Amino acid sequence: MASSNLTKVVLLACGSFNPITNMHLRMFELARDHLEDTGQFTVVKGIISPVGDAYKKQGLIEASHRLEMARLATEDSQWITVDSWECDQSEWMETAKVVQHHHNKLLVAEDNTDDVDSVSAAKKRRVEEKPLDSSGEHEKNGSPRLMLLCGADVLESFGIPNLWKSEDIMEIVGRYGVVCVTRSGTDPLKFIQQCDVLWQFRNNIHIVHEWVTNDISATHVRRELRRCRSVRYLLPDDVIAYIQQHKLYSSESEERNLNEVLAPLYQRLI
Amino acid sequence: MMATCRIPLVLLACGSFNPITNQHMRLFELARDHMHYTGQFEVVGGIVSPVSDGYGKQGLVQAKHRIFMAKLALQSSNWVTVDEWESQQPDWTETVVTMRYHYSRILKEYEQRTGAHRGGHGNINISAPPPQLKLVCGADFLSTFKIPGLWLDDHVEELVSRFGLVCISRGSLQPERAVHESDTLHRHRQNVFLVREWVRNESSATEIRRALRRGQSVKYLIPDSVMEYIQQHNLYTQDSERRNEGTALRPLIKQAHQHINSLND
Repeated sequence: MASSNLTKVVLLACGSFNPITNMHLRMFELARDHLEDTGQFTVVKGIISPVGDAYKKQGLIEASHRLEMARLATEDSQWITVDSWECDQSEWMETAKVVQHHHNKLLVAEDNTDDVDSVSAAKKRRVEEKPLDSSGEHEKNGSPRLMLLCGADVLESFGIPNLWKSEDIMEIVGRYGVVCVTRSGTDPLKFIQQCDVLWQFRNNIHIVHEWVTNDISATHVRRELRRCRSVRYLLPDDVIAYIQQHKLYSSESEERNLNEVLAPLYQRLI
Repeated sequence: MMATCRIPLVLLACGSFNPITNQHMRLFELARDHMHYTGQFEVVGGIVSPVSDGYGKQGLVQAKHRIFMAKLALQSSNWVTVDEWESQQPDWTETVVTMRYHYSRILKEYEQRTGAHRGGHGNINISAPPPQLKLVCGADFLSTFKIPGLWLDDHVEELVSRFGLVCISRGSLQPERAVHESDTLHRHRQNVFLVREWVRNESSATEIRRALRRGQSVKYLIPDSVMEYIQQHNLYTQDSERRNEGTALRPLIKQAHQHINSLND
């Protein structure tokens, strides 16, 4: 059957999800349609990985709430899931490490399909210790390929000096691949052309055009909530109910981490 | 206590709703927030009024489906409802005529309520101010006023003087310009409420139908229940998009006839 030739893909989205909005969810749908349209891929899973509290971003509320809201928002999705590994870590995790973790987890899961459960722990250890070499490894054993799902802003942030480690960019783009959802009107190709690392691995960057602009940022949602205006139909009803029940976004919550240095920048400073 | 006597307000949206989208429902939320913010109004209800099949617009699926989808979508709303009256009219109904129908209905309810109050207490002071009805629309709607032959002058006049408009725009100056360019709108500009939508959210029904025809996902753009209904009835296809192809919009024909009739008078 032709479908067996398709490369399985798992999409991973990292971010604050403070709170999750319909735009985040739409990005997954758009990315899946785009990848499957190429005739090369079948998207088997989406993972939402909210950042940990140690990220220190202004207005970032507790991970437990952000996690629960993401869970509520994806309850009616057949394929999008939420993972707490990243926000369970006590320190902020570089995105490359998060990608690595999920990649290893996929390899373990694949191995486990023909192994008994009792050896899974040992296998897991072995896989994690094993240095990973080529980018073609996922094809060898048929385990799904992990790709980072992001907006055009993340792609552009690769060019901000000292924000990312260059070896991390190499690893994320070169070894795994990036699916970048862009608003009509912006042109990430120009940006890829201007950045040597991105240019080198341009075949691993999948650009998805969002023709119908759906610009529901979490910042906007928090602002509307602080001002007691309706946010209905911008995020799922269950999430809105959760926010109301726990009185999550207020002027006070927006002042959390005020004047704190963002974890990625702090790591460069020391 | 300072009893602020806000005017009860019902918001009406006319359109194809082919199909209803989250953006349609968002317009109601934005309009309600804005009208409350003025301090003059208390929004007491919202009405979605899908156009009848006689409208003749290309790709318009049957009213019974559009009504059903709107009902599904608004199941979770505690203030916006669907009304079938307009969609059940054999011919296309002018927006003002639809408004007259709803307003007389709303007024009757109000009179019954206040009449009962007077009978019970003999006190006129407790009666609320009479309700108003205003049309909710997008920015492009205001621009249709200047399309020759689409609107009767009397209707535009009645729409903005007797009822009023709540127009939601995306930051372009399109609605301001439309008010500026129309003497009628400008004269009644205090009854034309312009609401700014700060988030770009362009999920139009046209785009939804396009995505559906192409087998692309529309999840999170329309409610899941509506998505399931569309799938179940296989509503939006290449074929459905060809419905009414080459047909002139009913308003253009009907209005043209009325122009000729008025010339004959």
